[in-house]
Amino acid sequence: MSGFVRPVGRLKIDRAAVEECRELAAEIAAPVVELARTHTTVSLERAVLRLIGVDGVEGEGVEAVPLPNRVVDETTRAVGLERGVLVPFMNAVETGCGDIGATAEAVARGEQTPTWPEGMDLEIALERARRESEAALQKISRARSIRDEIVGQIGEAPKPWFYEIVATGNIYEDIPQAQAAAREGCDVVAVIRSTGQSLMDYVPFGATEEGFAGTYATQENFRLMRSALDDVSTELGRYVRLTNYASGLCMPEIAAMAALERLDMMLNDCMYGIIFRDINMQRTFVDQHFSRMVHSSAGIIINTGEDNYLTTADAIESAHTVLASQFLNERLALEAGLPEEQMGLGHAFEIDPDAPEQILLELAHAQLVRECFPNAPLKYMPPTKHMTGNVFMGFLYDGMFNLTGAITGQDIILLGMMTEGVHTPFLSDRDLALENARYVFSGASSLAGELRFEPGGDVERRAAQVLEECRLMLRKVAEIGMFAAIEAGMFADTVRTREGGRGLDGVVRKADGYVNPIAEGLERSLGVGR
Amino acid sequence: MTAVKPYGDATDDGMVQMSFTLPLADSARGSQAAAELARKMGLAKPHVVHAKAMGPDFTFFIVYGATHLNVDPDELDVPERDFPQLSAPEINRLIREGLKRRFVVVGACTGTDAHTVGLDAILSMKGFAGDKGLEYYSEIEVHNLGAQVTPDEIVEVTRDTRADAVLVSQVVTQRDAHIHHLREVREALEAAGLRDKVILVGGGPRFAPEQAEELGYDRIFGRGTTPSEVASYLASKLDSRKTAA
Repeated sequence: MSGFVRPVGRLKIDRAAVEECRELAAEIAAPVVELARTHTTVSLERAVLRLIGVDGVEGEGVEAVPLPNRVVDETTRAVGLERGVLVPFMNAVETGCGDIGATAEAVARGEQTPTWPEGMDLEIALERARRESEAALQKISRARSIRDEIVGQIGEAPKPWFYEIVATGNIYEDIPQAQAAAREGCDVVAVIRSTGQSLMDYVPFGATEEGFAGTYATQENFRLMRSALDDVSTELGRYVRLTNYASGLCMPEIAAMAALERLDMMLNDCMYGIIFRDINMQRTFVDQHFSRMVHSSAGIIINTGEDNYLTTADAIESAHTVLASQFLNERLALEAGLPEEQMGLGHAFEIDPDAPEQILLELAHAQLVRECFPNAPLKYMPPTKHMTGNVFMGFLYDGMFNLTGAITGQDIILLGMMTEGVHTPFLSDRDLALENARYVFSGASSLAGELRFEPGGDVERRAAQVLEECRLMLRKVAEIGMFAAIEAGMFADTVRTREGGRGLDGVVRKADGYVNPIAEGLERSLGVGR
Repeated sequence: MTAVKPYGDATDDGMVQMSFTLPLADSARGSQAAAELARKMGLAKPHVVHAKAMGPDFTFFIVYGATHLNVDPDELDVPERDFPQLSAPEINRLIREGLKRRFVVVGACTGTDAHTVGLDAILSMKGFAGDKGLEYYSEIEVHNLGAQVTPDEIVEVTRDTRADAVLVSQVVTQRDAHIHHLREVREALEAAGLRDKVILVGGGPRFAPEQAEELGYDRIFGRGTTPSEVASYLASKLDSRKTAA
């Protein structure tokens, strides 16, 4: 028994077509990256502040406003954000009490105003900005080495990794649930966020005990959960990973918090917020580029959201949109210095179980993705759209998903719940899901290395068709450009305009003299940028 | 019709299968407890066919047993659908002839929920499961306001567009937030004097049609509702209003 393998070269595909898809993706991504390099956003600047240690809130209860928001708002009002928040803020620090936290509070209370310094003061502010940025980058690399050390000491979880979602709204209830899931065999715990957090333009502060269908992503919640999972990892002798969501209006801040608190995987799609949350596309693309540099540097595996394309559209008709989005996510990740090993490209098992030959089609799609991205830790999502109240059928359907995942060597398996169409999972639903997955993956772990697909057969033909449709789609997108393609509704049949959606007012074109040594340091160490 | 009992493999054997978790370690006492619980539920000869430990503190059970209870379906009060399923041309014709202008629909998700999947399934051209959304109907004018729309914003658009119907969607919810949010929209419409001027419809996977009255809505649609059902309802309602007037 050889255990987990990523079966590549088992299905004959047109390598020239794959090459062309990559070239088209690079062409499509270029203006997006250019936009990201020439712009900043309020949330990106707030992320910078968080990384240098600005944290906490001003005010009480529902009136409380996070300090990073207050500092960025005050800076915008006083001198604008075109040259970044760091120099005006550091000028306030240096001309004030010298302490970052105390200065942030003073600015928040209106006792100090961030201004753009001149002459010697500018040199002093710049020097402090560089020093603090250097320290921030070291914090990120330190968190990364701690992960490496822990994994080295207690051992890596064997692949595939079983991924489960926890979401009670209360971090103190999430913790025992996550630990129980880990003890039962779960390798990745995702704490789903409170619904609506993606549209909030600030990150709540502290440990939270109230949420709607999820738990707020806060830095303290991150810290508490990672610490609890460290305990259970030591107990189990395998490192249990923690996932959250770097998406929505605060994407860069959440990425920064994840890097500081050593989260291991983050949902971070290049278009999800635009298409499914109506967040402005410019805001999303700028935020996304910085977030990915942070993830890259922190050793965080990103999870992309291609499964969402299939929950709204037909999984056979739209199979190529998944592949097209994967090529785009890959390219935009590379542009942010993210290596293939950290690209958890997503896809899903969502074909209607009443469709003819649906298992063959799923197998073709899953193997095609494996062949196109041989080094990516692919994340495979179970059926949701066609799950019904027939939990018995649902259990079998999830079993077929597991088998397809085993045969095609998918790395990260989101466990399917047989009660997906009914309620949030019971304790027993999770346990049965793990029993199902263990049965299939232990019984078929080496099968991936044994199988070949019939040359010229149905699987090969279907894969070729999807690849060709993907190529045609990318050609069309390249022809009109990414922004126009989204405006034309080419992704998930959803029309979004360049100026529409939420968050555009937080996008700022960088002026000459823009200072952000954190972004520069990331670009340098990741070998991206100009 | 006479009273019926569950059918396992013979008439009136009353056989029932169920599964549940007890916060007990997997032990002989745990299985006894599962059987006793089934007995208290009214199952004769409970048979615990499966007991599996889930960690040190919980056990999952599968239990079979026979119920002595029966039920007479004729004695039940079952709400029947009170409108016919119509085709798109019929719906367009009813509106054309009844209103002599387009029928205006305002739709929104309210509260913290950011999920527009249900609203879009009903409203957008693409629709749901091959059934075209309300935008597809030439005689229906759709204003899809998206997610996190406040009750006041809904009132404003309802007034500005002189809407004939208001659709409120709730997908993800916790602790009855969906009920609370639907009530808020109704109250805001009442306060603005618009409640009686519109057909007020709520929808989402967690709702049941019986909830319409307690929520003060004209209609509540639950899981699996298709756009053509909603369109049929709206057109029929229009027709019945006209006949009533």
